[in-house]
Amino acid sequence: MALKSVFSRKTLAPALRHYRSVTTFTLPDLPYDYGALEPAISGEIMRLHHQKHHQTYVTNYNKALEQLDAAVSKGDAKGVVQLQSALKFNGGGHVNHSIFWQNLKPISEGGGEPPHGVLGWAIDKDFGSLEALVKKINSEGAALQGSGWVWLALDKEQKILKVETTPNQDPLVTKGASLVPLLGIDVWEHAYYLQYKNVRPDYLTNIWKVINWKYASEVYEKESA
Amino acid sequence: MALLRSIAIPSNKTPTLARTARSLTTATLPPLPYSYDALEPVISSEIMMLHHQKHHQTYVTNYNSALELLHTAMDKGDVSAVIGLQSAVKFNGGGHINHSIFWKNLRPVNAGESEPPHKKLGWQIDADFGSFNALISKMNAEGAALQGSGWVWLAFDKEFNRLKVETTANQDPLVTKGATLVPLLGIDVWEHAYYLQYKNVKVEYLKNIWKVINWEYAGEVYEKEAQ
Repeated sequence: MALKSVFSRKTLAPALRHYRSVTTFTLPDLPYDYGALEPAISGEIMRLHHQKHHQTYVTNYNKALEQLDAAVSKGDAKGVVQLQSALKFNGGGHVNHSIFWQNLKPISEGGGEPPHGVLGWAIDKDFGSLEALVKKINSEGAALQGSGWVWLALDKEQKILKVETTPNQDPLVTKGASLVPLLGIDVWEHAYYLQYKNVRPDYLTNIWKVINWKYASEVYEKESA
Repeated sequence: MALLRSIAIPSNKTPTLARTARSLTTATLPPLPYSYDALEPVISSEIMMLHHQKHHQTYVTNYNSALELLHTAMDKGDVSAVIGLQSAVKFNGGGHINHSIFWKNLRPVNAGESEPPHKKLGWQIDADFGSFNALISKMNAEGAALQGSGWVWLAFDKEFNRLKVETTANQDPLVTKGATLVPLLGIDVWEHAYYLQYKNVKVEYLKNIWKVINWEYAGEVYEKEAQ
Protein backbone atom coordinates (compact mmCIF):
# COMPACT_ATOMS: atom_id res chain seq x y z
CA MET A 1 0.00 0.00 0.00
CA ALA A 2 2.80 2.43 0.92
CA LEU A 3 4.44 1.55 -2.35
CA LYS A 4 1.32 2.54 -4.22
CA SER A 5 1.28 6.07 -2.85
CA VAL A 6 4.90 6.52 -3.78
CA PHE A 7 4.28 5.49 -7.35
CA SER A 8 0.85 7.03 -7.66
CA ARG A 9 0.59 9.95 -10.09
CA LYS A 10 -1.76 11.61 -7.57
CA THR A 11 1.14 12.74 -5.45
CA LEU A 12 2.64 14.61 -8.41
CA ALA A 13 -0.50 16.14 -9.95
CA PRO A 14 -1.70 18.86 -10.42
CA ALA A 15 1.66 20.66 -10.24
CA LEU A 16 3.76 18.47 -12.43
CA ARG A 17 7.29 18.82 -11.19
CA HIS A 18 10.18 18.31 -13.56
CA TYR A 19 13.73 18.31 -12.42
CA ARG A 20 15.96 20.70 -14.32
CA SER A 21 19.55 21.56 -13.90
CA VAL A 22 20.96 24.77 -15.23
CA THR A 23 23.58 24.31 -17.91
CA THR A 24 25.94 27.20 -17.50
CA PHE A 25 28.25 28.56 -20.14
CA THR A 26 31.92 29.34 -20.28
CA LEU A 27 33.96 31.79 -22.27
CA PRO A 28 35.30 29.97 -25.35
CA ASP A 29 39.03 30.27 -25.96
CA LEU A 30 40.21 32.46 -28.78
CA PRO A 31 41.61 30.23 -31.57
CA TYR A 32 44.62 32.60 -31.95
CA ASP A 33 46.69 35.05 -29.87
CA TYR A 34 45.34 38.45 -28.96
CA GLY A 35 47.93 40.12 -31.19
CA ALA A 36 47.45 37.76 -34.12
CA LEU A 37 45.00 39.98 -36.01
CA GLU A 38 47.26 43.05 -36.03
CA PRO A 39 47.31 45.50 -37.65
CA ALA A 40 43.68 45.04 -38.68
CA ILE A 41 42.50 44.72 -35.08
CA SER A 42 44.85 45.63 -32.23
CA GLY A 43 45.85 43.19 -29.50
CA GLU A 44 44.50 45.60 -26.89
CA ILE A 45 41.04 45.54 -28.47
CA MET A 46 41.04 41.75 -28.84
CA ARG A 47 42.04 41.26 -25.21
CA LEU A 48 39.39 43.66 -23.80
CA HIS A 49 36.78 42.39 -26.23
CA HIS A 50 37.33 38.75 -25.22
CA GLN A 51 38.32 38.93 -21.53
CA LYS A 52 36.00 41.78 -20.51
CA HIS A 53 33.07 42.22 -22.88
CA HIS A 54 32.43 38.61 -23.88
CA GLN A 55 33.23 37.32 -20.38
CA THR A 56 30.70 39.77 -18.92
CA TYR A 57 27.99 38.49 -21.27
CA VAL A 58 28.79 34.92 -20.19
CA THR A 59 28.76 35.81 -16.49
CA ASN A 60 25.53 37.76 -16.72
CA TYR A 61 23.86 35.14 -18.92
CA ASN A 62 24.63 32.44 -16.34
CA LYS A 63 23.22 34.69 -13.61
CA ALA A 64 20.04 35.27 -15.62
CA LEU A 65 19.72 31.51 -16.23
CA GLU A 66 19.96 30.76 -12.51
CA GLN A 67 17.34 33.42 -11.80
CA LEU A 68 15.15 32.01 -14.58
CA ASP A 69 15.44 28.55 -13.09
CA ALA A 70 14.34 29.84 -9.70
CA ALA A 71 11.43 31.79 -11.18
CA VAL A 72 10.26 28.78 -13.21
CA SER A 73 10.51 26.54 -10.14
CA LYS A 74 8.38 28.96 -8.12
CA GLY A 75 5.89 29.37 -10.93
CA ASP A 76 6.69 33.10 -10.96
CA ALA A 77 5.44 34.07 -14.40
CA LYS A 78 6.13 37.77 -13.90
CA GLY A 79 9.71 37.02 -12.90
CA VAL A 80 10.16 34.75 -15.91
CA VAL A 81 8.94 37.45 -18.30
CA GLN A 82 11.06 40.15 -16.66
CA LEU A 83 14.19 38.08 -17.17
CA GLN A 84 13.75 37.87 -20.94
CA SER A 85 15.57 41.15 -21.58
CA ALA A 86 18.66 40.03 -19.64
CA LEU A 87 18.54 36.62 -21.32
CA LYS A 88 18.32 38.07 -24.82
CA PHE A 89 21.00 40.70 -24.24
CA ASN A 90 23.55 38.53 -22.48
CA GLY A 91 22.71 35.27 -24.22
CA GLY A 92 22.79 37.12 -27.52
CA GLY A 93 26.10 38.70 -26.59
CA HIS A 94 27.52 35.24 -25.89
CA VAL A 95 26.12 33.71 -29.09
CA ASN A 96 27.26 36.58 -31.29
CA HIS A 97 30.79 36.86 -29.95
CA SER A 98 31.30 33.11 -30.08
CA ILE A 99 30.55 33.25 -33.80
CA PHE A 100 32.70 36.39 -34.23
CA TRP A 101 35.92 34.78 -32.93
CA GLN A 102 35.44 32.01 -35.54
CA ASN A 103 34.82 34.62 -38.24
CA LEU A 104 38.32 36.03 -37.76
CA LYS A 105 41.65 34.43 -38.60
CA PRO A 106 45.26 35.61 -38.66
CA ILE A 107 46.49 36.43 -42.17
CA SER A 108 49.22 33.81 -41.73
CA GLU A 109 46.52 31.17 -41.27
CA GLY A 110 44.39 32.15 -44.26
CA GLY A 111 42.56 35.18 -42.89
CA GLY A 112 41.34 37.38 -45.73
CA GLU A 113 41.50 34.70 -48.43
CA PRO A 114 38.40 35.04 -50.63
CA PRO A 115 35.80 32.26 -50.58
CA HIS A 116 36.05 29.58 -53.24
CA GLY A 117 33.75 26.74 -54.13
CA VAL A 118 30.03 26.79 -53.54
CA LEU A 119 29.96 29.85 -51.27
CA GLY A 120 31.92 31.86 -53.83
CA TRP A 121 29.43 30.94 -56.53
CA ALA A 122 26.46 31.71 -54.25
CA ILE A 123 27.92 35.16 -53.52
CA ASP A 124 28.31 35.87 -57.24
CA LYS A 125 24.76 34.68 -57.87
CA ASP A 126 23.13 36.65 -55.08
CA PHE A 127 25.26 39.84 -55.06
CA GLY A 128 27.00 39.94 -58.45
CA SER A 129 30.50 39.77 -57.00
CA LEU A 130 32.46 39.55 -53.75
CA GLU A 131 33.27 43.26 -54.06
CA ALA A 132 29.56 44.07 -54.26
CA LEU A 133 28.88 41.98 -51.16
CA VAL A 134 31.69 43.62 -49.19
CA LYS A 135 30.47 47.06 -50.26
CA LYS A 136 26.93 46.25 -49.13
CA ILE A 137 28.04 44.87 -45.76
CA ASN A 138 30.29 47.90 -45.17
CA SER A 139 27.57 50.34 -46.10
CA GLU A 140 24.99 48.66 -43.84
CA GLY A 141 27.53 48.43 -41.03
CA ALA A 142 28.46 52.08 -41.34
CA ALA A 143 24.82 53.17 -41.43
CA LEU A 144 23.78 51.14 -38.38
CA GLN A 145 22.46 53.55 -35.76
CA GLY A 146 23.85 52.88 -32.30
CA SER A 147 25.25 49.44 -31.42
CA GLY A 148 24.72 46.23 -33.32
CA TRP A 149 25.97 43.69 -35.83
CA VAL A 150 26.02 43.33 -39.58
CA TRP A 151 25.63 39.79 -40.92
CA LEU A 152 26.13 37.70 -44.01
CA ALA A 153 23.25 35.28 -43.62
CA LEU A 154 22.02 32.18 -45.39
CA ASP A 155 18.25 32.00 -45.59
CA LYS A 156 17.74 28.25 -45.44
CA GLU A 157 14.12 28.50 -46.52
CA GLN A 158 14.57 30.74 -49.56
CA LYS A 159 18.02 29.30 -50.30
CA ILE A 160 19.54 32.74 -50.76
CA LEU A 161 22.27 34.81 -49.13
CA LYS A 162 21.28 38.03 -47.41
CA VAL A 163 22.89 40.96 -45.64
CA GLU A 164 21.13 41.72 -42.36
CA THR A 165 21.73 43.92 -39.35
CA THR A 166 20.66 43.39 -35.77
CA PRO A 167 20.61 46.01 -32.98
CA ASN A 168 22.49 45.66 -29.71
CA GLN A 169 23.13 41.94 -29.04
CA ASP A 170 20.09 40.58 -30.84
CA PRO A 171 21.14 37.33 -32.52
CA LEU A 172 20.51 36.90 -36.24
CA VAL A 173 17.54 34.58 -35.67
CA THR A 174 15.56 37.57 -34.39
CA LYS A 175 15.47 38.78 -38.00
CA GLY A 176 14.16 35.41 -39.26
CA ALA A 177 13.97 31.88 -37.90
CA SER A 178 15.43 30.45 -41.11
CA LEU A 179 18.52 32.71 -41.10
CA VAL A 180 21.91 31.12 -40.44
CA PRO A 181 24.88 33.37 -39.61
CA LEU A 182 27.86 32.82 -41.92
CA LEU A 183 29.72 35.99 -40.92
CA GLY A 184 29.00 38.61 -38.32
CA ILE A 185 30.84 41.89 -37.88
CA ASP A 186 30.56 43.60 -34.51
CA VAL A 187 29.97 47.34 -35.01
CA TRP A 188 29.61 48.26 -31.34
CA GLU A 189 32.12 51.04 -30.63
CA HIS A 190 34.07 48.78 -28.27
CA ALA A 191 34.96 46.61 -31.29
CA TYR A 192 37.06 49.34 -32.91
CA TYR A 193 37.19 52.64 -31.00
CA LEU A 194 40.58 52.31 -29.28
CA GLN A 195 42.19 51.91 -32.70
CA TYR A 196 39.93 53.55 -35.25
CA LYS A 197 38.24 56.15 -32.98
CA ASN A 198 35.05 57.45 -34.63
CA VAL A 199 36.06 56.22 -38.10
CA ARG A 200 33.95 53.06 -38.27
CA PRO A 201 34.26 52.85 -42.09
CA ASP A 202 38.05 52.36 -41.75
CA TYR A 203 37.49 49.47 -39.32
CA LEU A 204 35.05 47.92 -41.80
CA THR A 205 37.47 48.37 -44.71
CA ASN A 206 40.30 46.72 -42.79
CA ILE A 207 38.50 43.82 -41.09
CA TRP A 208 38.19 41.98 -44.42
CA LYS A 209 41.94 41.30 -44.25
CA VAL A 210 41.31 38.92 -41.36
CA ILE A 211 37.91 37.48 -42.23
CA ASN A 212 37.81 33.69 -42.08
CA TRP A 213 35.98 32.75 -45.27
CA LYS A 214 36.84 29.09 -44.70
CA TYR A 215 34.59 28.98 -41.64
CA ALA A 216 31.80 30.78 -43.52
CA SER A 217 32.11 28.23 -46.34
CA GLU A 218 31.94 25.29 -43.94
CA VAL A 219 28.76 26.60 -42.32
CA TYR A 220 27.26 27.40 -45.74
CA GLU A 221 27.97 23.94 -47.13
CA LYS A 222 26.61 22.24 -44.04
CA GLU A 223 23.41 24.29 -43.92
CA SER A 224 22.64 24.34 -47.63
CA ALA A 225 22.97 20.58 -48.03
CA MET B 1 -0.94 90.75 -68.38
CA ALA B 2 -0.29 87.26 -69.71
CA LEU B 3 3.51 87.60 -69.15
CA LEU B 4 3.15 88.76 -65.56
CA ARG B 5 0.68 86.03 -64.83
CA SER B 6 2.87 83.23 -66.09
CA ILE B 7 5.67 84.34 -63.79
CA ALA B 8 3.50 84.82 -60.77
CA ILE B 9 1.41 81.69 -61.18
CA PRO B 10 3.10 78.67 -62.78
CA SER B 11 0.67 77.79 -65.51
CA ASN B 12 1.47 74.10 -65.59
CA LYS B 13 0.56 73.62 -61.95
CA THR B 14 -2.96 72.81 -60.88
CA PRO B 15 -4.49 74.97 -58.16
CA THR B 16 -4.57 72.01 -55.75
CA LEU B 17 -0.77 71.97 -55.51
CA ALA B 18 -0.35 75.02 -53.29
CA ARG B 19 3.20 76.17 -53.45
CA THR B 20 4.58 77.87 -50.39
CA ALA B 21 8.11 79.08 -50.13
CA ARG B 22 9.86 77.46 -47.15
CA SER B 23 13.21 78.42 -45.85
CA LEU B 24 15.69 75.91 -44.50
CA THR B 25 17.39 76.67 -41.20
CA THR B 26 20.43 74.47 -40.89
CA ALA B 27 22.12 73.48 -37.66
CA THR B 28 25.62 74.43 -36.61
CA LEU B 29 28.01 72.88 -34.10
CA PRO B 30 27.82 74.93 -30.90
CA PRO B 31 31.19 75.84 -29.42
CA LEU B 32 32.19 74.15 -26.18
CA PRO B 33 31.83 76.57 -23.21
CA TYR B 34 35.27 75.45 -21.95
CA SER B 35 38.54 74.09 -23.34
CA TYR B 36 38.91 70.42 -24.29
CA ASP B 37 41.12 69.67 -21.28
CA ALA B 38 38.95 71.52 -18.75
CA LEU B 39 37.24 68.35 -17.52
CA GLU B 40 40.44 66.38 -16.87
CA PRO B 41 40.98 64.02 -15.17
CA VAL B 42 37.28 63.14 -15.13
CA ILE B 43 36.89 63.19 -18.90
CA SER B 44 40.06 63.29 -20.97
CA SER B 45 40.72 66.03 -23.50
CA GLU B 46 41.12 63.37 -26.19
CA ILE B 47 37.57 62.20 -25.57
CA MET B 48 36.18 65.76 -25.42
CA MET B 49 37.88 66.68 -28.69
CA LEU B 50 36.68 63.60 -30.59
CA HIS B 51 33.24 63.80 -29.01
CA HIS B 52 32.74 67.44 -30.02
CA GLN B 53 34.70 67.79 -33.28
CA LYS B 54 33.90 64.39 -34.75
CA HIS B 55 30.78 62.82 -33.24
CA HIS B 56 28.66 65.93 -32.62
CA GLN B 57 29.89 67.56 -35.84
CA THR B 58 28.86 64.46 -37.81
CA TYR B 59 25.36 64.59 -36.35
CA VAL B 60 25.13 68.27 -37.36
CA THR B 61 26.42 67.59 -40.88
CA ASN B 62 24.15 64.60 -41.43
CA TYR B 63 21.13 66.38 -39.93
CA ASN B 64 21.63 69.22 -42.38
CA SER B 65 21.89 66.72 -45.27
CA ALA B 66 18.70 65.04 -44.13
CA LEU B 67 16.96 68.42 -43.89
CA GLU B 68 17.98 69.31 -47.46
CA LEU B 69 16.67 65.99 -48.72
CA LEU B 70 13.50 66.46 -46.66
CA HIS B 71 13.04 69.91 -48.16
CA THR B 72 13.33 68.51 -51.69
CA ALA B 73 11.02 65.60 -50.94
CA MET B 74 8.39 67.93 -49.51
CA ASP B 75 8.68 70.18 -52.58
CA LYS B 76 8.06 67.21 -54.85
CA GLY B 77 5.24 65.92 -52.66
CA ASP B 78 7.18 62.66 -52.35
CA VAL B 79 5.52 61.12 -49.29
CA SER B 80 7.61 57.92 -49.38
CA ALA B 81 10.80 59.88 -49.33
CA VAL B 82 9.59 62.15 -46.52
CA ILE B 83 8.83 59.10 -44.40
CA GLY B 84 12.02 57.36 -45.45
CA LEU B 85 14.01 60.31 -44.13
CA GLN B 86 12.51 60.26 -40.64
CA SER B 87 15.08 57.80 -39.31
CA ALA B 88 17.99 60.02 -40.39
CA VAL B 89 16.23 63.11 -39.03
CA LYS B 90 15.57 61.49 -35.64
CA PHE B 91 19.03 59.98 -35.30
CA ASN B 92 21.06 62.97 -36.40
CA GLY B 93 18.71 65.65 -35.11
CA GLY B 94 18.53 63.81 -31.83
CA GLY B 95 22.31 63.53 -31.72
CA HIS B 96 22.58 67.27 -32.21
CA ILE B 97 19.98 68.08 -29.57
CA ASN B 98 21.35 65.67 -27.00
CA HIS B 99 24.97 66.70 -27.32
CA SER B 100 24.07 70.41 -27.26
CA ILE B 101 22.46 69.81 -23.87
CA PHE B 102 25.35 67.61 -22.72
CA TRP B 103 28.04 70.28 -23.17
CA LYS B 104 26.00 72.60 -20.94
CA ASN B 105 25.53 69.82 -18.38
CA LEU B 106 29.29 69.75 -17.75
CA ARG B 107 31.52 72.33 -16.13
CA PRO B 108 35.29 72.72 -15.73
CA VAL B 109 37.08 71.12 -12.81
CA ASN B 110 38.75 74.44 -11.95
CA ALA B 111 35.36 76.05 -11.41
CA GLY B 112 35.47 74.41 -8.00
CA GLU B 113 33.86 71.32 -6.58
CA SER B 114 30.54 70.46 -8.18
CA GLU B 115 28.07 71.28 -5.45
CA PRO B 116 24.76 69.50 -5.16
CA PRO B 117 21.84 71.73 -6.03
CA HIS B 118 20.34 73.92 -3.34
CA LYS B 119 17.07 75.77 -3.22
CA LYS B 120 14.18 74.66 -5.39
CA LEU B 121 15.80 71.89 -7.42
CA GLY B 122 17.48 70.53 -4.28
CA TRP B 123 14.15 70.39 -2.45
CA GLN B 124 12.42 68.76 -5.42
CA ILE B 125 15.17 66.11 -5.57
CA ASP B 126 14.67 65.35 -1.87
CA ALA B 127 10.91 65.23 -2.35
CA ASP B 128 11.00 62.94 -5.39
CA PHE B 129 13.99 60.69 -4.63
CA GLY B 130 14.52 60.96 -0.86
CA SER B 131 18.00 62.38 -1.13
CA PHE B 132 20.58 63.66 -3.57
CA ASN B 133 22.61 60.45 -3.17
CA ALA B 134 19.54 58.34 -3.92
CA LEU B 135 19.13 60.21 -7.21
CA ILE B 136 22.79 59.66 -8.14
CA SER B 137 22.50 55.95 -7.31
CA LYS B 138 19.42 55.62 -9.45
CA MET B 139 20.91 57.41 -12.44
CA ASN B 140 24.11 55.40 -12.22
CA ALA B 141 22.18 52.13 -11.97
CA GLU B 142 20.00 52.96 -14.98
CA GLY B 143 22.98 54.19 -16.96
CA ALA B 144 24.97 51.06 -16.19
CA ALA B 145 22.05 48.78 -17.07
CA LEU B 146 21.28 50.45 -20.39
CA GLN B 147 21.67 47.88 -23.15
CA GLY B 148 23.60 49.18 -26.15
CA SER B 149 23.92 52.91 -26.81
CA GLY B 150 21.84 55.66 -25.26
CA TRP B 151 21.41 58.35 -22.63
CA VAL B 152 20.30 58.54 -19.00
CA TRP B 153 18.34 61.65 -18.06
CA LEU B 154 17.22 63.63 -15.06
CA ALA B 155 13.91 64.88 -16.38
CA PHE B 156 11.29 67.28 -15.15
CA ASP B 157 7.76 66.20 -15.99
CA LYS B 158 5.85 69.43 -16.52
CA GLU B 159 2.49 67.72 -16.39
CA PHE B 160 2.96 65.93 -13.08
CA ASN B 161 5.35 68.55 -11.64
CA ARG B 162 7.88 65.95 -10.64
CA LEU B 163 11.37 64.76 -11.42
CA LYS B 164 12.04 61.46 -13.13
CA VAL B 165 15.00 59.38 -14.21
CA GLU B 166 14.58 58.19 -17.79
CA THR B 167 16.72 56.49 -20.41
CA THR B 168 16.55 56.80 -24.16
CA ALA B 169 18.06 54.50 -26.77
CA ASN B 170 20.62 55.60 -29.35
CA GLN B 171 20.08 59.33 -30.04
CA ASP B 172 16.40 59.44 -29.20
CA PRO B 173 15.76 62.77 -27.47
CA LEU B 174 14.03 62.79 -24.08
CA VAL B 175 10.71 63.93 -25.58
CA THR B 176 10.33 60.51 -27.18
CA LYS B 177 9.67 59.18 -23.68
CA GLY B 178 6.98 61.79 -23.01
CA ALA B 179 5.94 65.10 -24.56
CA THR B 180 5.91 66.81 -21.14
CA LEU B 181 9.45 65.77 -20.18
CA VAL B 182 12.10 68.50 -19.98
CA PRO B 183 15.78 67.47 -19.83
CA LEU B 184 17.64 68.91 -16.86
CA LEU B 185 20.68 66.64 -17.13
CA GLY B 186 21.68 64.04 -19.70
CA ILE B 187 24.59 61.63 -19.43
CA ASP B 188 25.87 60.11 -22.65
CA VAL B 189 26.48 56.38 -22.13
CA TRP B 190 27.48 55.57 -25.72
CA GLU B 191 30.87 53.85 -25.57
CA HIS B 192 32.50 56.77 -27.43
CA ALA B 193 31.71 58.96 -24.38
CA TYR B 194 34.13 57.05 -22.14
CA TYR B 195 35.90 54.11 -23.77
CA LEU B 196 39.29 55.67 -24.55
CA GLN B 197 39.70 56.45 -20.85
CA TYR B 198 37.53 54.00 -18.91
CA LYS B 199 37.55 51.09 -21.41
CA ASN B 200 34.69 48.67 -20.63
CA VAL B 201 34.21 50.01 -17.07
CA LYS B 202 31.14 52.20 -17.69
CA VAL B 203 30.38 52.29 -13.95
CA GLU B 204 33.65 54.14 -13.22
CA TYR B 205 32.77 56.79 -15.82
CA LEU B 206 29.33 57.22 -14.24
CA LYS B 207 30.80 57.44 -10.74
CA ASN B 208 33.29 60.12 -11.80
CA ILE B 209 31.18 62.30 -14.09
CA TRP B 210 29.29 63.75 -11.12
CA LYS B 211 32.45 65.70 -10.26
CA VAL B 212 31.92 67.83 -13.36
CA ILE B 213 28.14 68.04 -13.52
CA ASN B 214 26.79 71.58 -13.87
CA TRP B 215 23.95 71.70 -11.35
CA GLU B 216 23.61 75.45 -11.86
CA TYR B 217 22.42 74.87 -15.42
CA ALA B 218 20.02 72.13 -14.28
CA GLY B 219 18.65 74.48 -11.60
CA GLU B 220 18.10 77.27 -14.14
CA VAL B 221 16.15 75.02 -16.51
CA TYR B 222 14.13 73.60 -13.62
CA GLU B 223 13.16 77.01 -12.25
CA LYS B 224 12.17 78.24 -15.68
CA GLU B 225 9.97 75.21 -16.43
CA ALA B 226 8.55 74.62 -12.96
CA GLN B 227 6.63 77.90 -12.77
